[in-house]
Amino acid sequence: MLTAVLEPGGDLTTLLYVLSFSLFIIGIKQGTSPTTAKRGNMIAAVGMAVAVVTTLLLDGIGNWGVIVGGLLVGGAIGVVASIRVQMTEMPQMVALYNGVGGGAVALIAWSEFRHGAGGDFPLEEFVPILFAAVIGSISFWGSNVAFAKLQDLIPTKPLAVPGQQVINAIILVAVLAICIYLGINHDDDPSQGLFIAILVLAAVLGNLVVLPIGGADMPVVISLLNALTGLSAAAAGFSLDNVALIVAGTLVGSSGTILTMEMATAMNRSVPNILFAGFGGAPSGPSGSTEERPHRSITAQDAAISLAYADSVVIVPGYGLAVAQAQHAVKEMADELGKRGVEVRYAIHPVAGRMPGHMNVLLAEADVSYEKLVEMEDINPDMPRTDVAVVIGANDVTNPAAKDDPDSPIAGMPIIEVADAQQVIVIKRSLSPGFAGIDNDLFYLDKTAMLFDDAKTAAQNIASEITKL
Amino acid sequence: MDLVIEFTIFVLAAFVGFEVISKVPTTLHTPLMSQTNAIHGIVMLGGLIVAGYADGALELTLAFIAIAFGAINIVGGFMVTDRMLGMFSRRKPKPSDPEQGS
Repeated sequence: MLTAVLEPGGDLTTLLYVLSFSLFIIGIKQGTSPTTAKRGNMIAAVGMAVAVVTTLLLDGIGNWGVIVGGLLVGGAIGVVASIRVQMTEMPQMVALYNGVGGGAVALIAWSEFRHGAGGDFPLEEFVPILFAAVIGSISFWGSNVAFAKLQDLIPTKPLAVPGQQVINAIILVAVLAICIYLGINHDDDPSQGLFIAILVLAAVLGNLVVLPIGGADMPVVISLLNALTGLSAAAAGFSLDNVALIVAGTLVGSSGTILTMEMATAMNRSVPNILFAGFGGAPSGPSGSTEERPHRSITAQDAAISLAYADSVVIVPGYGLAVAQAQHAVKEMADELGKRGVEVRYAIHPVAGRMPGHMNVLLAEADVSYEKLVEMEDINPDMPRTDVAVVIGANDVTNPAAKDDPDSPIAGMPIIEVADAQQVIVIKRSLSPGFAGIDNDLFYLDKTAMLFDDAKTAAQNIASEITKL
Repeated sequence: MDLVIEFTIFVLAAFVGFEVISKVPTTLHTPLMSQTNAIHGIVMLGGLIVAGYADGALELTLAFIAIAFGAINIVGGFMVTDRMLGMFSRRKPKPSDPEQGS
């Protein structure tokens, strides 16, 4: 098919790989600023193309049917999935892509293990293979659980088994023990069965670690798994003597770690806390008794009147807005208010929705101008001077329990202080708790009025009621 | 390649990764995560290499799935990131934007 022109580990090969990961570094760097991020992504993609073509030209690359077939099938799935995915489903898409990356690492490790077994198997190849297999498998299964949670295929609430930490620890020790045993005996035809046992145990561990984590923490978990997949790719690079894998994998591992910590900080959570205590740590208040508490319910017309005669309105969007695809309807409502001289701003909580930046993306899609999006720290001091705060499909990010109740699972998370506004309107389909699975006292305040409806329908109704006033 | 040289490269790359991500605006957390996610699709190269010496149905299947997974990771990852970022770049300042109050 193609004549192999490059030597593995040869000078030209290495130089091309250096070009490719230089492009990755520039791409990541540009990804940290809004003005250059799109170009940065393109640059990184070009770097990837260089790396792939270089590898395809290597001497010893063969079985072209498998290669071309795999590229076509995987490429087609990737293209179709990315085009079809809704903006609201982006987070789970990232989880899924991360998972297949981890899966690829585990399978490559398995392949390498089979290849090396029986012959000369140096320890410096053997150890990275085991590492890649374990981390790859954990990442694959952990990401799939994260995907299933975000896609609502399994309950987003924390699922915990009693003695969970002990079970996890035992599995981890078992994996390490098998790895050490295999490492000691790496020269005399290591057992394939034990290797498969490692893959399976790591898979169980991946499931058990992510299952107890509540949906609200999922972005941080996905970011952490992303960094882990990067590290496992670097390990695969050690065993394959491939410098591109080592550098690119390590870059993702270290930059992903920093990103994970920044995301956790934005939610005022710590990574160990998420992993080991999680939202599953304490049973969260009396759920199920929520229906009985008194609340005030209003119609779209009431809401329209409150809003139209206000001087300043703050809209607090959340995941419900994303699900209902209500961004255009909300923009129209805000425009109607704007025509009447009402100052409308949007309060953006750093983790509103299911990913940091989720709300900015959605509202940008509806052409809401940037300067109207105000970050949490900047809007909170203005809240007491705000006439009406409209909470649209947001829940946990407005829950006063985060600052009032030290026992609450979300205690310490910064919130948008809507309770400080003169009046609060909450648009929500029901009183059901949010992503963290806890009740929200905001709904039962005297100044709070509940408008029970789908976010999009409610916004449209309010907009048309405003035009009638 | 010498293990010590590989280890040197690893450590230096780790520091580059730490340094390159300084303070990232919250808005860009998700796109950046998605982009680095696409970059670890580099493992597909490993799939290409092991395909070369794959022998027997099991190893060929492993290589095939690994390459397909890697390709999904790469292609999907970069495209989804591009779509996310596209939402930002479409925003142009509009002089006609009715500015009220403030």
